Amino acid sequence: MTSSKQALADPASSAEAASGSQPGAARGARGRGTPAQGPDSWRSRFYRWDMKASPYVFIAPFFIIFGAFSLIPLLYTAWYSLHNVQLSALDHQTWAGLDNYRNLLSSDFFWNALKNTFTIGVLATVPQLMAALWLAHLLNYHLRGSTVWRVVMLTPYATSVAAATLVFTLLYSWDGGMVNWFLDFFGIDAINWRESDVGSQFAVSSIVIWRWTGYNALIYLAAMQAIPSDLYESAAIDGANRWQQFLHVTVPQLRPTILFTVVVSTIGATQLFGEPLLFGGVSGSKGGSEHQYQTLGLYMYDQGWIIGNLGKASAIAWSMFLILLIVAVINLLLTRRLRKSQ
Amino acid sequence: MRTSTRRSHRLMALAAVAALTTGLLAGCASDSDDGSSNSNDSGGNAKGKTTLTIGTFGVFGYKQAGLYDDYMKQHPDITIKENVTTRTDVYWPKVLTRLQAGSGTDDIQAIEVGNITEAVQTQAQKFVDLGKDVDKSQWLDWKNAQATTKDGKLIGLGTDIGPMAICYRKDLFKKAGLETDRTKLAEQWKGDWAKYVDLGKQYMKKAPSGTKFVDSASSVYNAALGGESQTYYDKDGNVVWDKSAGVKKSWNVAMSVATSNMSAKLKQFDKPWDQGFANASFATVACPAWMIGYIEQKSGDSGKGNWDVAAAPTAANWGGSFIGVPTAGKHQKEAVALAKWLTAPEQQAKVFAKQASFPSTPAAYSSLKPATETTSYFSDAPITQIFSDSAKTIPSQFHGAKDQPIGTAITDVGILQVEQKGKTPAQGWDAAGKEIKDVLGQ
Repeated sequence: MTSSKQALADPASSAEAASGSQPGAARGARGRGTPAQGPDSWRSRFYRWDMKASPYVFIAPFFIIFGAFSLIPLLYTAWYSLHNVQLSALDHQTWAGLDNYRNLLSSDFFWNALKNTFTIGVLATVPQLMAALWLAHLLNYHLRGSTVWRVVMLTPYATSVAAATLVFTLLYSWDGGMVNWFLDFFGIDAINWRESDVGSQFAVSSIVIWRWTGYNALIYLAAMQAIPSDLYESAAIDGANRWQQFLHVTVPQLRPTILFTVVVSTIGATQLFGEPLLFGGVSGSKGGSEHQYQTLGLYMYDQGWIIGNLGKASAIAWSMFLILLIVAVINLLLTRRLRKSQ
Repeated sequence: MRTSTRRSHRLMALAAVAALTTGLLAGCASDSDDGSSNSNDSGGNAKGKTTLTIGTFGVFGYKQAGLYDDYMKQHPDITIKENVTTRTDVYWPKVLTRLQAGSGTDDIQAIEVGNITEAVQTQAQKFVDLGKDVDKSQWLDWKNAQATTKDGKLIGLGTDIGPMAICYRKDLFKKAGLETDRTKLAEQWKGDWAKYVDLGKQYMKKAPSGTKFVDSASSVYNAALGGESQTYYDKDGNVVWDKSAGVKKSWNVAMSVATSNMSAKLKQFDKPWDQGFANASFATVACPAWMIGYIEQKSGDSGKGNWDVAAAPTAANWGGSFIGVPTAGKHQKEAVALAKWLTAPEQQAKVFAKQASFPSTPAAYSSLKPATETTSYFSDAPITQIFSDSAKTIPSQFHGAKDQPIGTAITDVGILQVEQKGKTPAQGWDAAGKEIKDVLGQ
């Protein structure tokens, strides 16, 4: 590790050392011992070129792939969002200006999807992170077979969205599903998990929670193990019990980690797609008969690939992008404030 | 010494980059391998093997009936590969984008009846005109009409159709004290789906515990609509869903199911629906020919001999497909020949024998023989007779480009809200209307 780090750091330091003169020449002079004489020798020119170009060659694969699969589609989507484009006639585009966006702002379905994305996001993220924090706290104690517990925690994350959702769909099926069967023991009437408003959102959230809690718990656990144990010892000497230790030592120490998981989970929640799509079954892109769990991602898919209105779907995609940018800015402001207050 | 280690690091990095790049290039090369070998083949190289690909959704039964193997045996220079995408809603957008990109299509592409009008109206120039190569009189007239453009170009050959019957569980009917003889039953509901609903009310009075009369209101709607001549579009291509007599009539029948307690309230093709078959939780299901194979598979052994088939109240069609040859394909001549062969009456009869997908070529009807397991599974019902009778009297319907999403809006939004959320029929109708406006971009 150290040697490769040195190698990475080295060119920069040598360039700094030789600031003023040409870095390539300086390096060539140092490296070869007896450098080729004269500034015009092909060797020194090659080294100079090598010095300048190699870094770009090394980072090029990422930027080429990023350009081909992210940047160009992104810009192309923006172009599409200003046109009327049908999936069945991609070569017949007519200029629409901001019509698609105006159309969205006046569409009940769009606002509904935005609202659902938010409520499902909150329903999924808040309990998930709290549970993860608590689980990490428990795992942080000396347990027998702690590795086993950690692996078990990570298994839901390793399950595919499709597999998890299909199983949950069966559990939640209103007629003969295990959840309703269980509720029946307590005398609670069967709930139509897919068609009720709160019920369906809860069901979708629970799939997300199940998949991601362990993942977040492991991140918290890693951060917890970096907390010096003398903090706990002194807290114990001061008479703090475990809950108080958790509240006054662990949580404040984990603040940056918690912030990180909040950001990542928020982004994940904004892009929620697979779970509600598969939960909805055959016409899943509608997100239920009243669109009660149609997220922005689903609405985009429905408009673009089921209805075939690619212009509007592109507008939704860009709106989502803008929303994510706003979320990122809010997070940034919060982080700054937190840092200042510390 | 430091310099030498640094240089060796750089060399290693370079080597890594080089290895990665060649890996990528190799990946590309192996990807385009199929294509290049194909183009060599069409040029007629030494081996002369041509690979034809056929893109389908769901189970078409060609492979199951051994048709590909037969064809390859008859044509040693041809290899057939089937690319299956299970869900139509995933399959069709993929085909559309590839058609327009002019690359990546299979040599033969299947088209569902719900998408055929869109294909005819918007993609006709992307498909080979098959009209000249085949004897069109082999197919039912209305089947050909669906795949023919205004200027007479035939872009797809009919595969199966979905003539309607009612599949019912004899054992449950008996327990509910109803008639179990298929001809007498058909008499009881003949001519009107409302009579079928009336029988459902009778069934519910003495229904065996845990069972309902029908799987869902939407299935009754689809079955009834398949027998109406006017659905969502008129013959000039205008959307008339809210004025259509056929839609109104079918909607009302579906509403009388949705607002009663005779429906198991399942959603077709969902997992719980499959379980419903296995657990015998509903007594009847609207039964287009392709449903026969589905029931046999999902009900399993417990349904054996308990299911029976009776003629539907009205002759109707639900579903069915076409296969077309995209002009982007590299082996159009071979593909046309294969498409022709696959949809010829003899082959359609073979698919029926295996899969009970009903032929769209009347010439096959006299020779139709379902598999013996299927007939015994369905209490020796004369399914060939029942489906042929229905197929011959199906009215022709006008279709439009957005048939499929409009239909989904009515069944999965409108009807579902009434059936599962207890909304009134008027509220359900309004919700469907709002959805359809969104679909049509109004």
